[in-house]
Amino acid sequence: MTLLLGALTIGLILSLLALGIYISYRVFGIADITVDGSITLGAAICAVLLIKHVNPLFATLAGFGGGLVAGAVTGVLHTKFNINSLLAGILVMTGLYSVNLHVMGKSNVPLLGADSSTKWAERLGHSWFRAPEVNVMGWLVGARDLAMLLIVISLIVAACLVLYWFFRTELGTAMRASGDNPQMIRALGVNVQRYCIMGLALSNGLVALAGGLLAQYQGFADAQMGIGMVVWGLASVIIGESLTGSRSLGLAIYGAVAGSVLFRLLVAIALRWGLNPNDLKLVTALFVFAALVLPQLLQRRKRAATLAKPQSQS
Amino acid sequence: MLTVSNICKTFNAGTVNEVRALRGVSLTIPEGAFLIILGGNGSGKSTLLNAVAGTFQLDQGKIELAGENITRWPEHRRARLIGRVFQNPFTGTAPNMSIAENFALAARRGQGRGLGWALSRRLMDELRDRVRELRMGLEDRLGNAIGSLSGGQRQALTLLMATWLKPALLLLDEHTAALDPKSADLLIRATADIVSRHKLTTLMVTHSMQQAVNLGDRIVMVHRGAVACRFEGADKQRLRVPDLLARFEEMRRREMLDESAAALLEKTYV
Ligand SMILES: Nc1ncnc2c1ncn2[C@@H]1O[C@H](COP(=O)(O)OP(=O)(O)O)[C@@H](O)[C@H]1O
Ligand SMILES: [Mg+2]
Repeated sequence: MTLLLGALTIGLILSLLALGIYISYRVFGIADITVDGSITLGAAICAVLLIKHVNPLFATLAGFGGGLVAGAVTGVLHTKFNINSLLAGILVMTGLYSVNLHVMGKSNVPLLGADSSTKWAERLGHSWFRAPEVNVMGWLVGARDLAMLLIVISLIVAACLVLYWFFRTELGTAMRASGDNPQMIRALGVNVQRYCIMGLALSNGLVALAGGLLAQYQGFADAQMGIGMVVWGLASVIIGESLTGSRSLGLAIYGAVAGSVLFRLLVAIALRWGLNPNDLKLVTALFVFAALVLPQLLQRRKRAATLAKPQSQS
Repeated sequence: MLTVSNICKTFNAGTVNEVRALRGVSLTIPEGAFLIILGGNGSGKSTLLNAVAGTFQLDQGKIELAGENITRWPEHRRARLIGRVFQNPFTGTAPNMSIAENFALAARRGQGRGLGWALSRRLMDELRDRVRELRMGLEDRLGNAIGSLSGGQRQALTLLMATWLKPALLLLDEHTAALDPKSADLLIRATADIVSRHKLTTLMVTHSMQQAVNLGDRIVMVHRGAVACRFEGADKQRLRVPDLLARFEEMRRREMLDESAAALLEKTYV
């Protein structure tokens, strides 16, 4: 049960990553690898501030700000300097590796003594449940874990609502259109380049937010923690789409969150059943590969079938 | 009022693919006038419209619209003054967004976009009324993705979007060319109606001589990136399709003469 709770919490935290990827990949059609660096950046900024006894809320938001800047840099490289989006992402990700080391001062920052939102959850858990363990439908779970999950749930719900609202404002609608049909929206007076920069900033901001929360949950920030995160996010988004099936905005946001949680649960189960943790990234990459290729194959078969039909009739 | 003075544009200058698409085009459209551009394939009609819309920067010349020198303005800035309908029905709308959302985007053409709701109750009410006037039965499907509509429906909606806020200039680039004859006819009628009702200053490209004769109050024929002839006032009113055909024939003959002259020169001197 504790395992399930943990998987759920991490899945929810990483759904911010999935939402970020949804913006870059689905709205703008960019596979933005900056994510690998910006999730670590969010964790690094947050961790360092927490150690300096900054308020956890502020530390997390500062991480978000770092992600905004990182994404904006990628956007500027891509739009103003005409660098291919993938390459722009690679450049920023690579640069961020050094930046992250500088921020942290070493390659791993433990949060043992610091006052993080996990500590906050511990106190909240105490005051809510008045016991170290709580009975949830017959299972005993840690009060701290439960409180943390509740905090994360409310955070994610808030983030989703804000995102849903944003994408239905004049600004957000124009941002979606910039990805959908840049030529059309330019003719309607939108500076598409600027919107792309804003979109990538927002995307990486969310990713960094996930990084900050993750660092607090697992109790450390690490220079390597971002490796493969973009693929992880893609997997979540793709699972989410196959769950909800629709491209409508509300469902897409819900799908990204559900996809992230489900993917994390699947991974937890696979690890429990003996999947070598070293193989995890390979399996994730293969999964995304399959998810990208399968629809193409299905379509090709469908087309072949429709081509074959008239012959079989005659 | 639109004034285009001696504009030139060469694509891929200095390469083997060099195209002199505009060679010193000048024209004026007074406030509320409707100018039709005619010309063969590749004569530079779209390039002329794109130059006005700001898709690329000119090599030479000047463009003034509504009293402003817009020659160096980027495309998105010119959108405040210009409404456009493209040749391809896919170009003018965001396919994965709803009809209503597309109009919400058009309702802010050239203006700041803030954090207010894109779809206000007021917009929806007005939208339903104005879409109903198109008589396509789309007023009940405003929540549907615009990409699911036919080309004719999309072009009609794009026309409505382009003129939702009155533009200082309406640009129509063969906006009926991709449609079947019946849809094209409906769209032309809607166009004439909207242009006259809002007294729009209009620049329309067409390859249809019928449309050129029936619509507009002046015609400019372009040929190889330059103005070949102009008709306005009583000349334009009197003009019939056979007259235009004769002009085309004449232009083609002169071009063939040019080419044979060039061949002769080449044989003699090269
Ligand atoms: N962006 C471009 N790059 C290179 N050549 C172009 C470009 N746009 C137009 N051209 C060329 O300019 C000429 C005029 O094209 P266009 O204005 O599209 O003709 P039309 O009168 O059929 O609309 C053509 O030879 C075309 O190939
Ligand atoms: Mg053309």
